[in-house]
Amino acid sequence: MTQTTVQLSPPPSAEGGAELVLSTRAKRRFAEIAAERAIEVLIYACGVSAILFVFGIFFFVFREGAPYVFGGDFKLGEFLFSTEWYPTSLGNPRYGVLSLIVGTFSVTALATFIAVPFGLGSAVFVSEFSGNKGRETLKIVIELLAAIPSVVWGFIGISVMNPVIQDVFHAPVGLNVLNGAVLLALMSVPIMVSIGEDALKAVPDSYREAALAMGATRWQMVYRVLIPAAKNGLLAAVLLGVGRAVGETMAVLMATGHAINIPHSVFDPVRTLTATIAAELGEASAGSPHYRVLFIIGILLFTITFIVNLTADLAIRGVRKR
Amino acid sequence: MPAVFTETAATRRKRLTERLAQGLFGLMALSLVVPLVTIVVYLFVQAWPLLSWDFLTSNPTNGMRQGGIWSAFLGTIYLVTVSLCVSAPIGVLAAVYLNEYAEDNWLTRMINLAVVNLAGVPSIVHALFGLGAFVLFAGIGRSIIAASLTLAIMTLPVIIASTKESLASVPRSFREACWNVGATRWQTIRRIVLPNSISGILTGVILQVSRTAGETAPVMFTGAVFFKKIPEGDVFAYSLTDQCMALSMHLYTVTTQVTNAPHALPYAIAVALLGTVLVVNALSIGTRVYLRSRKKW
Repeated sequence: MTQTTVQLSPPPSAEGGAELVLSTRAKRRFAEIAAERAIEVLIYACGVSAILFVFGIFFFVFREGAPYVFGGDFKLGEFLFSTEWYPTSLGNPRYGVLSLIVGTFSVTALATFIAVPFGLGSAVFVSEFSGNKGRETLKIVIELLAAIPSVVWGFIGISVMNPVIQDVFHAPVGLNVLNGAVLLALMSVPIMVSIGEDALKAVPDSYREAALAMGATRWQMVYRVLIPAAKNGLLAAVLLGVGRAVGETMAVLMATGHAINIPHSVFDPVRTLTATIAAELGEASAGSPHYRVLFIIGILLFTITFIVNLTADLAIRGVRKR
Repeated sequence: MPAVFTETAATRRKRLTERLAQGLFGLMALSLVVPLVTIVVYLFVQAWPLLSWDFLTSNPTNGMRQGGIWSAFLGTIYLVTVSLCVSAPIGVLAAVYLNEYAEDNWLTRMINLAVVNLAGVPSIVHALFGLGAFVLFAGIGRSIIAASLTLAIMTLPVIIASTKESLASVPRSFREACWNVGATRWQTIRRIVLPNSISGILTGVILQVSRTAGETAPVMFTGAVFFKKIPEGDVFAYSLTDQCMALSMHLYTVTTQVTNAPHALPYAIAVALLGTVLVVNALSIGTRVYLRSRKKW
């Protein structure tokens, strides 16, 4: 029996692949090979571009903030741990972002607290309890929920949530931590559901079968088998939701009420890092310390979300390895 | 039922918790449906008095308190189109690289990590980047083109992820068959992989349109203005180096900066924006469901 060459791996790039198998075919023209090579270089360039963009973002944002950082007036400790944010004070401008960090943290924490049960609960429901039709419908709903632009959420915060919070809780202002947190929760739930569902899907069916064969109910299976097995992926789902909440701008700009202070209850208005940039960049004159500090806040935000996403990515990778 | 299967206290408890768990999880899932429907219906009802064809095709007037949304709507179309022209080719080719060429090495891991992080960078940081890189460094100035480039980089991960997924759904055997009749890698991609995944890629592109249309923060400092009057009915009213209005930013402005606007006005703008986004999304979902039902493998 004669041996035939069967290729199960891709041929080497941009060579006359034909010759490898059928020697009877004519060699390809040089122009053709060159064109193919060019396209492959382009594809490679596009592939690597994502790395360049991430570095580019860091570089160009830092480039605008750097002159102030290295200008001598900048003290990192004061920047991070002072609550005094008076950027437009005439004689003595102060740039302490602690209240803004606490603002971001409080809104994000409350949002996560609200979103996690709903997000992971829905993920479990979509992946384990619902039938085919229900699953498809829910996924579409979640997709549409994710599609609502953040400025529309912000508008809902002002026009709908604001009076509701004032009426229900008798709060003096309806634009506060609670308002922003509910909006952020609604915005980050879709991410949690889709990533969480993927994590649960990644658990092999044999786990489910083993649990059910031993007489476990579905609930026991979810609680004792699936959740421990998928915990890394579920953690990633939560982290990506948190990442989205930290970086969200328009909704919190409109719904949290613009007061720079350390909140004492969920009914206090706050100002987040993102909202500060959005609100003040338009007024800060280009090149002034105020303007540069806003870019430094940008770097701070970039760093926070980078760490959160990196952790989530490592958690997901842990799932894939198994 | 035979007597062995009579219910004991333990099995009854088991059955109850089972029901309870199912009900609870179902309720949580249902609680996602409720806000979506409520929001859409409420906004629509409040906006109803203003919604008309004229509202879409006339400029805002009287300090944005009257008139329509024409210049903002057209601006959003410009921003979306230009950013799509940039991000769609780059995104699709990047996905082709990741799915067809990339080997499992550190570079690929770096790229994947970069894509994940690009998706996670806050929109306001993208705005700072657009301002620093395109408006100031490249010297383009605040313009449609600077804003669109910012949006393009921001939405790149969306298109990479969706394209990668649809490329991966083409069975490997298709590729192997093609290699074995002597095709090169690129020929295989061009003739077999792309034609078989084009529908999925298009779905991703449509989805990206809806993401881009809703973004506010990235365009605020790179090209969008509060107010601009353009000739009504002229779809080529903006040039790419102009600044423009954007529907998303218009909603922000009218909600927070314009006093004494009629009650229905911000609702109408929100409905126009949300309507555009949801219609585009529904289109993408519809295409996907239809194509999946026709898939033969």
